[in-house]
Amino acid sequence: MSAVQETVDRVRRIDVDQYRYGFETLIESDKAPKGLSEDTVRFISAKKNEPAWMLEWRLEAYRRWLTMTEPKWARVHYPKIDYQDLYYYSAPKKKEIGSLDEVDPEILKTYEKLGIPLREVEMLEGVVRPEGERRIAVDAVFDSVSVATTFQKELKQAGVIFMPISEAIREHPELVKKYLGTVVPTSDNYFATLNSAVFSDGSFVYVPPGVRCPMELSTYFRINERNTGQFERTLIIADKGAYVSYLEGCTAPQRDENQLHAAVVELVTLDDAEIKYSTVQNWYPGNSEGKGGIYNFVTKRGDCRGDNSKISWTQVETGSAITWKYPSCILRGDNSRGEFYSIAISNGHQQVDSGTKMIHLGKNTTSRIISKGIAAGVSQNTYRGLVTAHRKATGARNFTACDSLLIGDKCGAHTVPYIEAKNSSALFEHEATTSKISEDVLFYCVQRGLSQEEAVGLVVNGFVKDVLQQLPMEFAVEAQKLISISLEGSVG
Amino acid sequence: MNVVLAKTDTGRALSDSFALARARLPGAGKVADLRRQAFDAYERAGLPHRRIEDWKYTDLRVLMREVLPLAAAPDRAALTRADAALKLHAIKSVRRLVLVDGVFAPKLSDTADLENGLGIRTLREVLEGGDAALQAQLFTPDNSDSMVALNSAMVTDGLVIEVADGAVLTQPLHIVHIASGGTPAAMFTRSLLRLGKAAGATLVESYIATEGAKAYQVHDSLVISIGDDARLHHVRLIEDGREAFNISSAVVTLGAHAHFNTFGMTSGASVSRYQAVVVFAGKGSRVETNGVNLLNGRQHADTTLFLDHAVPNCASREIFRAVVDDRGHSVFQGRIIVRPGAQKTDAKMMTRALLLSDEAEADNKPELEIFADDVTCGHGATTGALDESLLFYLRARGLSETEAQALLIQAFVGEAIESIVNDDLRELAIAAAQRWLAARG
Repeated sequence: MSAVQETVDRVRRIDVDQYRYGFETLIESDKAPKGLSEDTVRFISAKKNEPAWMLEWRLEAYRRWLTMTEPKWARVHYPKIDYQDLYYYSAPKKKEIGSLDEVDPEILKTYEKLGIPLREVEMLEGVVRPEGERRIAVDAVFDSVSVATTFQKELKQAGVIFMPISEAIREHPELVKKYLGTVVPTSDNYFATLNSAVFSDGSFVYVPPGVRCPMELSTYFRINERNTGQFERTLIIADKGAYVSYLEGCTAPQRDENQLHAAVVELVTLDDAEIKYSTVQNWYPGNSEGKGGIYNFVTKRGDCRGDNSKISWTQVETGSAITWKYPSCILRGDNSRGEFYSIAISNGHQQVDSGTKMIHLGKNTTSRIISKGIAAGVSQNTYRGLVTAHRKATGARNFTACDSLLIGDKCGAHTVPYIEAKNSSALFEHEATTSKISEDVLFYCVQRGLSQEEAVGLVVNGFVKDVLQQLPMEFAVEAQKLISISLEGSVG
Repeated sequence: MNVVLAKTDTGRALSDSFALARARLPGAGKVADLRRQAFDAYERAGLPHRRIEDWKYTDLRVLMREVLPLAAAPDRAALTRADAALKLHAIKSVRRLVLVDGVFAPKLSDTADLENGLGIRTLREVLEGGDAALQAQLFTPDNSDSMVALNSAMVTDGLVIEVADGAVLTQPLHIVHIASGGTPAAMFTRSLLRLGKAAGATLVESYIATEGAKAYQVHDSLVISIGDDARLHHVRLIEDGREAFNISSAVVTLGAHAHFNTFGMTSGASVSRYQAVVVFAGKGSRVETNGVNLLNGRQHADTTLFLDHAVPNCASREIFRAVVDDRGHSVFQGRIIVRPGAQKTDAKMMTRALLLSDEAEADNKPELEIFADDVTCGHGATTGALDESLLFYLRARGLSETEAQALLIQAFVGEAIESIVNDDLRELAIAAAQRWLAARG
């Protein structure tokens, strides 16, 4: 009960409309001129000191993007985005940071406020940590650039490469060249192509063969600057037999105008490797009238390239005005496994169109989809998923359960699954339900002394339990609180 | 993708054939205007293709390629062949209404001694007559779907059946579509069934062809309105020739406390598509819509259902089964929408596919779109092969591989078939399933 009580207390403390992370950091920044052109692409590439091949890659993507049109199929509605009215690059002013001490203290304060540890405090002070306690290495991305990456040295000892992708392009061009754009090609879709042209930073992870990454890796994205788009690119490679768990978190200041976030995440697992990718997405969702908020148009895809490999996506989506996101798995290697666990919560005027794709190509591949959608306020929440088995994917297995919960009669919850079997040995099971919180259950809780809000919190936490259990410990607690806060104001 | 489609040769050919056929198409004035509009809508869109979401799995530009010219009115020889085919598909104690090559054949139909409250006319009569309200109802299906638009433009005949308030028909109505199959051609039909308040009826539709029929195309549509407290039992059996195309649509509107039970079975035709829209317009109504696809060879069958829960307190059940052998391709798209305010809606949909060969394909798209909170909605979908252990169990008890498979397939489709309320109709569906199994050998 204490966790629930804590949640409720937390909810009480905040008013409607209060987004915890909505503050703005006042620092000077270095921006590219407004608008998008080949010059913008060249500007970003030059800022990053990129080699010629990278610039060429970006320009090719940019030229292709010009020929593409924005996708319209998702169940989301928003005014037309003026791509010329955005800044495509913004970096805190201050160059060539040697150590954390040289990072603008304002930025460090920002991350402190967000509760993200950038200083390896205990390490520096030589505090001995209890055996088995987990530590997390963080890459912090502020607008368009990575400002700090922690625990680099310790990771290096293990052979793990964890650095901003801009650095990786310079320092490990052979790896970047080999894998970048192989999972999400530059021509993939409108937003991914745009990202390929103008991406500014993001994380790069390479875990060498046989290595189990000694700590959780994490990237924390923060949009700060006004009118900027954030286009980050993450590339994670788990070589043969490697394992890595990666966390991603996002926040942005409260603003009246909408901001664009179009990221691309590519995961590659070779034979026997595993990547666990967790996201807690809490971009600013806009105010109670639906003004402002982030447009979160993200392409995430994992490629189980090797046999017996595994990719697992876990996401808790509470923020963003609009979410358009389908973390997918291409199960290419024999016996490979894909998982997708999702909690998508929409309140106020939020619109969510999210789901996954499980593409079974190899033999005896398995996948599992657990999706929990919760719609409140006047929001619209859509699950859209594809499960497909190729002719040669003998023995493919899938289990899908997508449940939706409606809180209030002004919101909508939708399920759009595509199930395609081209192989008789494929065994697919799919189930979906939509309901509201049963009056009986609420009555039962209230009768035993819980308030209406506590009761809803309890039921919702039970509803999403299957997914929360998949999150790393630290995130699970945070996510649970986040869920209650997101639903705040939806009862009564 | 803004692809501007140049008019293809087939498109031009159809345009010409519409111009040529116009003289033969019944109706003038307003009806002719509606036809013109529908044809323009079709011409703008052309045959549906995979980029159109509703037709994602049934790309008619690949499968059908062109619309055949309008079939000629059946001559004496065609009617004789049709009569022979009818004998093979006769159903006892029904009132038979026959359309040969898209034209009503009075000599093959039973239009005498109508029960009280039953009125039957041909579509041609109605379109040429002066009943504007009825004509408007016949053109209810809108032109947003290009195949419906094409049907509206080209429709030549069909049946307009009216059942008066309170009349409960004892004899099922059986509409038979026969292709006489002389030359490759397309037939365009539309029928209307209007059930008054507290009326009751049973409607069977069969699609068959004469022996050795060539490639032909059936473009059919059905408009049904079910009055308050009325009930309709409906069965469709698609046993078209193996080179045939069958593109059918239905629009069903239910009043309050009405009951609609429908079952469709597709075992014939090379490519078939049945798209139905069921609209709940009155509270407290109930719909059961079930279906079975039995496919082999290179057959392609698509069932697309759209249930529109627009008002509160309605219930719907969908059970769909597909058995796919060889290189068959079964498609099921079921969409349930619960509109704002349609509280206490209870909607369930279950679709299952059984793949009997490695080259068979089954695509399922069960969709829920929900805008009201006090509802119970759910759907399930499974795809898989025959259970090896069940086969083994039966083999161990002395059944041959084929017998064992047949038994399991019967059980698999049984759940959908058993939901048919009317005993005679259920027997009819079972017989059709058995014919398919027997032909499988």
